[in-house]
Amino acid sequence: MAAGMIFHIARFATHDGPGIRTTVFLKGCPLECWWCHNPESLSPNPQAAWNESRCIRCGNCETLCPTGARDVVGQRVTAGEVMALIERDVPFYEESGGGVTFSGGEPLMQHEFLENLLVLCGRAGIHRAVDTSGYAPRKVFTRIAGLTDLFLYDLKLMNLSEHRKYTGVDNERILSNLEYLASSKLPVRVRIPLIPGINDAPGNLEAAGAFLRKLGLAQVDLLPYHNRMASKYARIGETCRMPPGISSGDGALEEAERILSSCGLTVTIGGNPGEREN
Amino acid sequence: MNARIEALRRASIETRPSVSAERAALATDFYLQNEGKYSVPEMRGLHFKYQCEHKTLYIGEGELIVGERGPRPKAVSTYPELTCHSVEDLEILNSRKMTSYDVSPETLEIYREKVIPYWTGRSMREQVFRQVPPEWLESYRAGMFTEFMEQRAPGHTTLDGTIYEKGLADLKLEIRASIAGLDYLHDPEAAGKAAELRGMAHACDGAIVFARRHADLAGRMAAEEKDGERRNELLKIAEVCRRVPERAPRDLWEALQMYWFVHLGTITELNGWDAMNPGHLDRHLHPFYEKGIADGTLTREKAKELIACLWIKFNNHPAPPKVGVTAAESGTYNDFTNINIGGIHADGSCAVGDVSYLLLEVIDELPLLQPQSNIQLSRKNPDSFLKAACRVIRKGYGYPSVFNADLVVGQQVRAGKKVEDAREGGCSGCIETGCFGKEAYILTGYLNVPKLLEAALNDGLDPLSGKRVGPPTGDPRTFGDFDKLYHAFVRQLEYTVDLKIRVNNLIERIYAERMPAPFLSAVISDCIQNGKDYYDGGPRYNTNYIQCVGIGTVTDCLAALKKHVFEDGTVSMDRLLEALRNDFEGDEPLRQLLANRTPFYGNDDDYADSIMQRVYGSLFEAIDGKPNTKGTRYHLDMLSTTCHIYFGSRLGATANGRLAGMPASDGTSPSHGADRHGPTAVIRSLAKMDQSKSGGTLLNQKFLPGTLEGEDGIAKMAALIRTYFRLDGHHIQFNVVNAATLRDAQQNPDRHRNLLVRVAGYSDYFVDLDKNHQDEIIARTEQHSF
Repeated sequence: MAAGMIFHIARFATHDGPGIRTTVFLKGCPLECWWCHNPESLSPNPQAAWNESRCIRCGNCETLCPTGARDVVGQRVTAGEVMALIERDVPFYEESGGGVTFSGGEPLMQHEFLENLLVLCGRAGIHRAVDTSGYAPRKVFTRIAGLTDLFLYDLKLMNLSEHRKYTGVDNERILSNLEYLASSKLPVRVRIPLIPGINDAPGNLEAAGAFLRKLGLAQVDLLPYHNRMASKYARIGETCRMPPGISSGDGALEEAERILSSCGLTVTIGGNPGEREN
Repeated sequence: MNARIEALRRASIETRPSVSAERAALATDFYLQNEGKYSVPEMRGLHFKYQCEHKTLYIGEGELIVGERGPRPKAVSTYPELTCHSVEDLEILNSRKMTSYDVSPETLEIYREKVIPYWTGRSMREQVFRQVPPEWLESYRAGMFTEFMEQRAPGHTTLDGTIYEKGLADLKLEIRASIAGLDYLHDPEAAGKAAELRGMAHACDGAIVFARRHADLAGRMAAEEKDGERRNELLKIAEVCRRVPERAPRDLWEALQMYWFVHLGTITELNGWDAMNPGHLDRHLHPFYEKGIADGTLTREKAKELIACLWIKFNNHPAPPKVGVTAAESGTYNDFTNINIGGIHADGSCAVGDVSYLLLEVIDELPLLQPQSNIQLSRKNPDSFLKAACRVIRKGYGYPSVFNADLVVGQQVRAGKKVEDAREGGCSGCIETGCFGKEAYILTGYLNVPKLLEAALNDGLDPLSGKRVGPPTGDPRTFGDFDKLYHAFVRQLEYTVDLKIRVNNLIERIYAERMPAPFLSAVISDCIQNGKDYYDGGPRYNTNYIQCVGIGTVTDCLAALKKHVFEDGTVSMDRLLEALRNDFEGDEPLRQLLANRTPFYGNDDDYADSIMQRVYGSLFEAIDGKPNTKGTRYHLDMLSTTCHIYFGSRLGATANGRLAGMPASDGTSPSHGADRHGPTAVIRSLAKMDQSKSGGTLLNQKFLPGTLEGEDGIAKMAALIRTYFRLDGHHIQFNVVNAATLRDAQQNPDRHRNLLVRVAGYSDYFVDLDKNHQDEIIARTEQHSF
């Protein structure tokens, strides 16, 4: 059975698709977004993590850290092991119209592992969402698309060079895969993380809105930016490139909402869909 | 909420609780005049009637439902025949910071001159303490358990629909028939039954007199009233009080007043635990509501106003102040009237109707400390009902709490009740299951389960005092394997449960013989037919519960011992015991290891959860099926109310890394902060407990408001509840607040006086809780997602 690298499994996830969900976070991402909220997800390998505030300076680091201040992020697990955890909450999915969401990192980076999990969930009748940057080869993308009930699809920046600057990769593949999803009428929920000073300029939002309308999509979620992840960078010895202390204020959110609405899109703030997409 | 209700509510909230000596003085007068003249039940019935004939009446401005236990709202009666407060007790009540009661110099004077001289040595409390064995006293003082009946009467009484169909005059006819049917030749108890039945008849007369006096007063007030509208209201009040409780009610107003007079009767007669409860109020009121709407004599708004008037009456009645250990474990104004909404009818059909929604609206618009409320949610009840309740829950009052009506039926059928009767059952005070109107289900006291493990780790001694509180079960350093330790724990459990039951049975007999409750008995099914008191096996069903506290804590401790001492060998028993003795002073790494590297209950981790199942099984074995004094059985209950705080204060450091004196886990919730995988994992852990074998479990869940925003949040909360119940969970309740708000309330109580929080089976004003309770609520895991 395929094995993969994950860094977290969140139960009672309520913001990653409809209903009550379990979200499996796969480790490794081809992008390096400045604002990444899960910096520990970027590397495909296990990493040492260090939470200074929990350390009691007992010196037992080499045996067993009693407080969990010293930890490893990233576990190699089989699809069967992940399934055992996913299946624990089946009654909750059934009562709420929920299911499982594969997130990351970029889950398509471990596409064989992901495919395996999607097949197993499909057999168990569990609703499957994939939270993706869309940055994957078309061949991989189409295979995964055939096994997915709902895509949560991030649209970050429309300008190619800006995209390269702030995420480390080009956006052609991302836009093209979204086009493919839309033209194939596969269920997708597009989400724009609204990052102050990076993608909240009217030009970008207007371009994004026009693009989505061109694809025949009618909806977009706006995800507010928050700045609570600085300590997560510190834990793995890195520094966030975003300046501290900024967040998407109400004004910026409303302005973005106005722009996207004027493109003819239904805008949801927070991206917590109440209805299952079909 | 209209102006009348707003004014009544404000007056109720703003009036400070006080102690009234009136009832105590009347009781003393009556006993001085009549002691020795009558049989005990007749004495009690006549005493009740004497109170009804002489107590001060109160009809407040704007009131539609009338009657107070004390001379005015929030003036709390005392019960010297049960517990006679000393002058010092009263002075403490007057001056203490938390839940204080005003005590006037006149009250002190009456107590000093009249009440104390007569009742000293005669009160039930003194009678009980004179008769308990010394080893019981040691365990009681060590905090191994509490005893409910040492200062309040057995209670947890909830009514069925009888009083809406029969007046007290009808019940008197039944009493007369029962007396006429006594067989003095073949039934050696016939004389006793006759006395009991005559006591019931006197008590019914008392309640009827009490209502007539209100009718007369309302009539006199009407004659003097200048405002025409109010004059008509007073005339209507007079009419209602001439009708009920003597005869059955005919409309919604009379039905509400009927209940209230019966409620007042039971709480005037004695100070039963958790006062009194109307049970399934929605289904009882429904026929009157329907009829009124159909014939045009009632509007929805008028119905709501009348119900709100009753709600305020409950809030006017804080709990009578307790003393000693019982005050320490239950220091609250709450008297735990817990109104049941929804559920299923006796025939198994869905009992949700218009009045169910009406009650939810009243609860929503009229946040009060009392009454508390719950929904009994059956799989037959519609989602619209559940969601309506969730919208109220989300406001953060801490109620309604949510019960699994189908499991509540199952629990009772397992315990031997008829399914039709079981469906009329529900929850009374906090979470305990009972059959309304037909059962005496007596909570006898809490059992400190983690303390039993502590005794097992100390060869039967209480490490806090060094005194013996259990059998010598050996030096734990010689145990060698986990099963030997577990066996020692079970021996401590069996010893303590047996000791507790032994004394409970003794106290029950003292109550049955010396302090019967004839008025209460008259309104509970089968007492009249059996000619027996509520305290003497009169009701159709009789159950005793022992409430086991701290299953989360004890499971986590056992998991830590099993893993670290017996399996991994990371810690020696010697080092662990030493650390516990020293409250982890000097060994913080060990405390951290135990707290962070142990599989804990509440995480859907089978390692810990299987230990929980084993402990639960042992509790069940030790308690379930033990005989009580009424020919029936003890059962297990998993309620803690606030007692986990008291028990924690009597508990040294524990093997789960908990410091000495900190609270034990509440109800069947995980230990504070132990659940780290969200509510679905908590629910899955809880669902591994076979809750159908208990008389109730309690799960507290705290949510930050953000988690439950919008209709989507309501849908998720509803799904969480439905899933838990599908997995046979008994009860779940939610606190929807954030920690920052609570901390602010702790610093600035004046800004947050209205902040109601779910404490443990009930809601209380956050600012009225002591700091330990407040800290505990803040620490309770904040379930949130992001």
